[in-house]
Amino acid sequence: MAASEWLGLALTLAGMAFFFTGTVGLLRFPDVYTRLHALTKADNLGLGLLVLGLILRAHSWAVAGKLLLIWLLALAASATSAHLVARAARERGVKPWQRT
Amino acid sequence: MAADLTFWQWTFDVPLAFGLPLLAWGLLATPDLFKAVVLFIVFGFLLSLGWARLGAPDVALAEAAIGAGLTGALLLSALGRMGVWRDGRRGAPGRFPLAVLSLGVGLALGSALWSLPGRSPGLQERVAAELSRSGASNPVTAVLLNFRGYDTLLEVGVLLLAVLGVRSLGSATVPREILPAGPVLSALLRFLSPPLVIVGGYLLWAGADGAGGAFQAGAVLGAGGVLWLLAGERPPVSPPGWSVRPGLAAGFGVFLAVAIGTLARGRALLEYPPEWAGVLMLLIETAVTLSVAATMIALFAGVRSTRAEGSLKGGEP
Repeated sequence: MAASEWLGLALTLAGMAFFFTGTVGLLRFPDVYTRLHALTKADNLGLGLLVLGLILRAHSWAVAGKLLLIWLLALAASATSAHLVARAARERGVKPWQRT
Repeated sequence: MAADLTFWQWTFDVPLAFGLPLLAWGLLATPDLFKAVVLFIVFGFLLSLGWARLGAPDVALAEAAIGAGLTGALLLSALGRMGVWRDGRRGAPGRFPLAVLSLGVGLALGSALWSLPGRSPGLQERVAAELSRSGASNPVTAVLLNFRGYDTLLEVGVLLLAVLGVRSLGSATVPREILPAGPVLSALLRFLSPPLVIVGGYLLWAGADGAGGAFQAGAVLGAGGVLWLLAGERPPVSPPGWSVRPGLAAGFGVFLAVAIGTLARGRALLEYPPEWAGVLMLLIETAVTLSVAATMIALFAGVRSTRAEGSLKGGEP
């Protein structure tokens, strides 16, 4: 395996680690705001690392461009939906969790 | 390497195959309707992954865009109109006969599936033999728009009937409560709308020789329109006084006109002249794309807000 493939594999694994921690956070965190915080980490950084890893293993520039586009669209969509969920929660009067 | 690949495919396919029925059970069994809708959307996306793994990208695209995306949005919208409502039928009597009936139907379907020949070419060879005369190099499009065009004609008719049914309810539908749109969603709309239009046009064009087609393209455009409605804004393609009716009827109308045209020329229903097949199919697909998008937007908006004079801004009257 070439160096770029090893690097691609490492980036993919790092991305999966972010998805794993994001999911653990979603299941374990106490309220909607902290869960969103955990999820956006997975979407933004995890997917970014995954996409970078896949780009290193891609066979053409077209595929690499499409992968990059997927990441950018997911970034915009996840940031907006996280914002909307948090906003709706705040308007319904959900209080942020505080350590007691 | 091949063994490696098979192992990794197994690790993906086996959880998918077991996860789908579990998810289906979960969404049917939960008394919480919101949870059921969310599980339905997740189920649709996983199902489209399944179709992709089976090598059916056309079905996968349609399932993701229409089955999970737009149907999910419609269900959420319906749920929003219902307010807090819990399914009161759980635990009602009559579950045992239903379970026996379901088990019987399941066994009958299973035995029918079991009795099928393991590998059957079906009609693939005949489709492949006629493909060069069909006007499309994608066999899925050739079957949908040419060989079995009347099926698709009727499907488009069903869509039109559905939206007519909803519109005929008039003021009986409950308007949806709209939160005022924030600046972030508006910014996303302006950022996403051009790529959505490009992707819709690309899918329409790509259907001739690859995965794509009118339904997928229309679903993407319709999803864009739904986003505009969610933001409480009028889609930029519809100036004041614009009526949604021609858009709703265009697909069925053009399809029917072509069908009547082929009959008038002494051919069978939807039997295109081979040299015109590609152009006619593109014409039909373009009209159907517009209609699918308009139908989805109209269904999502309900009756009140599809009226040309009704302003979506400002929420409730």
